[in-house]
Amino acid sequence: MQEPAITPELIDAHGIKPDEYDRILEIIGREPTFTELGIFSAMWNEHCSYKSSKIHLRKLPTTGPQVICGPGENAGVVDIGDGQAVVFKMESHNHPSYIEPYQGAATGVGGILRDVFTMGARPIAAMNALSFGEKDHKKTRQLVHGVVEGVGGYGNCFGVPTVGGEVRFHNAYNGNCLVNAFAAGLADADKIFYSAASGVGRPVVYLGAKTGRDGVGGATMASAEFDDTIEEKRPTVQVGDPFTEKRLMEACLELMQTGAVISIQDMGAAGLTCSAVEMGDKGNLGVRLDLEKVPCRENGMTAYEMMLSESQERMLMVLDPSKEAEAKAVFDKWDLDFAIVGETIAEDRFLIVHNGEVKADLPLKALSGTAPEYDRPWVPTPAAAPLEDAPSINAIEGLKTLISSPNYSSREWVYEQYDSQVMADTMRQPGFGSGVIRVHGTDKKLAFTSDVTPRYVRANPVEGGKQAVAEAFRNLCAVGAKPLATTDNLNFGNPEKPEIMGQFVGALDGIGQACLALDMPIVSGNVSLYNETDGQGILPTPTIGAVGLIAADEEPILGYARDGHVALVLGETAGHLGQSAILCEAFGREDGDAPAVDLAAERANGEFIRANRDLIRSCTDLSDGGLAMAAFEMAEAAGVGVSIDADDTPTLFGEDQGRYLIACNFDAAEELMARAAQAGVTLTHVGKFAGTDISFGKESASLDELRDLYRGSFAKHFA
Amino acid sequence: MKAAVVVFPGSNCDRDLAVAFRNAGLDVEMVWHKDTALPAGVDIVGIPGGFSFGDYLRCGAIAANSPICNEVKAHADRGGFVFGVCNGFQVLTETGLLPGALLRNAGLKYICRTVPLQVETTDSVFTQAYEKGEQINIPIAHHDGNYIADDETLAMLKGEDRVAFTYRENPNGSVADIAGILSANRRVLGMMPHPERAAESEHGNADGQRVFAQLTETLASA
Repeated sequence: MQEPAITPELIDAHGIKPDEYDRILEIIGREPTFTELGIFSAMWNEHCSYKSSKIHLRKLPTTGPQVICGPGENAGVVDIGDGQAVVFKMESHNHPSYIEPYQGAATGVGGILRDVFTMGARPIAAMNALSFGEKDHKKTRQLVHGVVEGVGGYGNCFGVPTVGGEVRFHNAYNGNCLVNAFAAGLADADKIFYSAASGVGRPVVYLGAKTGRDGVGGATMASAEFDDTIEEKRPTVQVGDPFTEKRLMEACLELMQTGAVISIQDMGAAGLTCSAVEMGDKGNLGVRLDLEKVPCRENGMTAYEMMLSESQERMLMVLDPSKEAEAKAVFDKWDLDFAIVGETIAEDRFLIVHNGEVKADLPLKALSGTAPEYDRPWVPTPAAAPLEDAPSINAIEGLKTLISSPNYSSREWVYEQYDSQVMADTMRQPGFGSGVIRVHGTDKKLAFTSDVTPRYVRANPVEGGKQAVAEAFRNLCAVGAKPLATTDNLNFGNPEKPEIMGQFVGALDGIGQACLALDMPIVSGNVSLYNETDGQGILPTPTIGAVGLIAADEEPILGYARDGHVALVLGETAGHLGQSAILCEAFGREDGDAPAVDLAAERANGEFIRANRDLIRSCTDLSDGGLAMAAFEMAEAAGVGVSIDADDTPTLFGEDQGRYLIACNFDAAEELMARAAQAGVTLTHVGKFAGTDISFGKESASLDELRDLYRGSFAKHFA
Repeated sequence: MKAAVVVFPGSNCDRDLAVAFRNAGLDVEMVWHKDTALPAGVDIVGIPGGFSFGDYLRCGAIAANSPICNEVKAHADRGGFVFGVCNGFQVLTETGLLPGALLRNAGLKYICRTVPLQVETTDSVFTQAYEKGEQINIPIAHHDGNYIADDETLAMLKGEDRVAFTYRENPNGSVADIAGILSANRRVLGMMPHPERAAESEHGNADGQRVFAQLTETLASA
């Protein structure tokens, strides 16, 4: 087949800028072939190369005694004691999900699960953080249904419990929804598998599903802004098959037990290209691929298509040649393709041969090692003006506004579509704070949370970045878990705009400060830029996924408030209403500064909760909607009323950070007060749990009425 | 006492069921779907939940034609015990060991939720530890749990006291609120809810534990 000539238009269509093309010419000393151009575009796009973000990501804290493997591999690896490790990462699938919501979301889940089991870990928990446009936007309902069904369709079939997540709505996401998928797996700490190839002349093996034309150019698509031609991009979205992925996982984990696997890499974005280059680059080796050996789903696929296909459920592996028969038997058992498609070679070379014809012959190191890196111009986000004319609202009216809104009503309609209990180790299901699972066969427990408040980040990227980490920290401490480590999924607009880049730099600064102060280093992550449509960017949304450990001899805090319990708030209340949920939902205002985060206080308060779990019956952090929302949620979960003494808007709906709501009996409360005084933390009596009403001062409404509103509103908006 | 748990490609509650059997004192062996014999001395066969063969064609339809299912049928014909949960229930209806079929949920959505069940009969090894009419809370997690059978079959199931559990708040449109049924000899139980997910205090609810509690004792005397 005649390959197209390399023209400026073709180069542009590959998302390669003129200066980048000059660099290609410099590296290879000649005009690239069509296949080579495709390979460069796949490796150098923003999605795969992190070219705009790398120099800032390097500033993040990524080490600690608990970290076995930080960023750079398929997922981060963290020690949880007894020779075990938790392996986790969060990754976006934003652009595909907007174009084709079911498959986009499904393959997002599939991709992150693959990242985890590629490292030798069996996935044990999943979460997802979803951001959609405003409720009445014409695409929102369809996206909500498609994305939720896609997430569920894949994760449920694969068999991983979905234990947490977030769903938000804001008009800034009208043209770009966000689908951030998290997965965590369990592995033996001394049996982690990495991507670096080793040894010359070893077989490179293709595993899993066959290669089709789906997803060709997907990573390049994911690195571009959207405009009205978006519907034409549908064919670039991959199609998922969770049944194949489940078998692929079982086969890979079985194969890893045999000792046959030298290195392994999943085929995600830019498929065969990215995975082969990654293995070669990390192992300082070259790779030769013979494409006629690649199992194909369709006839007549070209080298270009095979190298750029993003067909799902595929792996590339370097095999110990002496174990070939054993390895093949495992894949035969699971009815999966197993084909030797190439070998490792000594020279720095990425050699692609198709039916005897050389289709690409490139220096391998240059493809990833010398990918462009930009220090894009950025301007710091101007300081937000403090909130003026802080409004006031009747407390019950305010609560009703929140709990009936798309943003703060119960997410039951969403999470009931996800299997949260498969594997039979789930101790706390979605709906109220962190998800908690038991580490199978042990008495250890792991807690999972995902957090960010994009309005805060827009107003004040540094404090907003800190807040996202701090809220994750609190959610883990509230169930009695020690926060271990963090994964960040950084969703921003166009990095070529200095103000967007300024948001990115600021948020990363805040995230870094908080991760360091709270001892929860970043071990993995993903950057999604160009989330813009027709020049309109999303709210800066650095989603923080975090994992905490509850030791075998520690009880998790999973109880419910009971009639007669005292309500206590840990932490200082000042009544900060800038950028608050009540301001946004009740008054349509998004002004003022984000609340400040005092990291020392966060740490002290979190440690106080963990150290005094024996006295605490139920605990939740205070975040969006402040004390009013936290008190309602705790009461609603327990099926008991609550009366809070305060009735003023700042006290009830202010979003000061570093705070928790605690329920415990009277004697325990007295003891906690004494211990708080000793520890130097602020603990305040704010009310009590009793009866069947929710009351703030003299205002009250029945729990039944409010529960119906809270539980029923989401479906009313979207079902 | 010995249990075999069948593993199909796509089964994902196989380990969960094995754990519940083991906690009840049974020895458990996993059996691959391509196997052509059950392990010697098996008293009860568990057909686990999950998405056997990806739910392609029809839930449970391909699995019901796996080689091992001939052995499961033979085991049941010999009077052996069989317990199918969720996808396992679907497989049992597809093999013909239990009557009826499971359709897509009436609301067309997958539902994962803990629901109240009513124990309809205590006349089986699986339900003898409950009180008749007792309410228990057990999780469901399925897309296709909408039980259907013709009137004649329903009359037979009711007449022979073969409805094991019903839903108190029907979540999926099942006819006569049916959540689980027994075979004519009362030794095969298929149910959509997952008692193995509510079988330990760590699950926050152990209402399902009694499904397994007396297996060892009863199988020994069966």
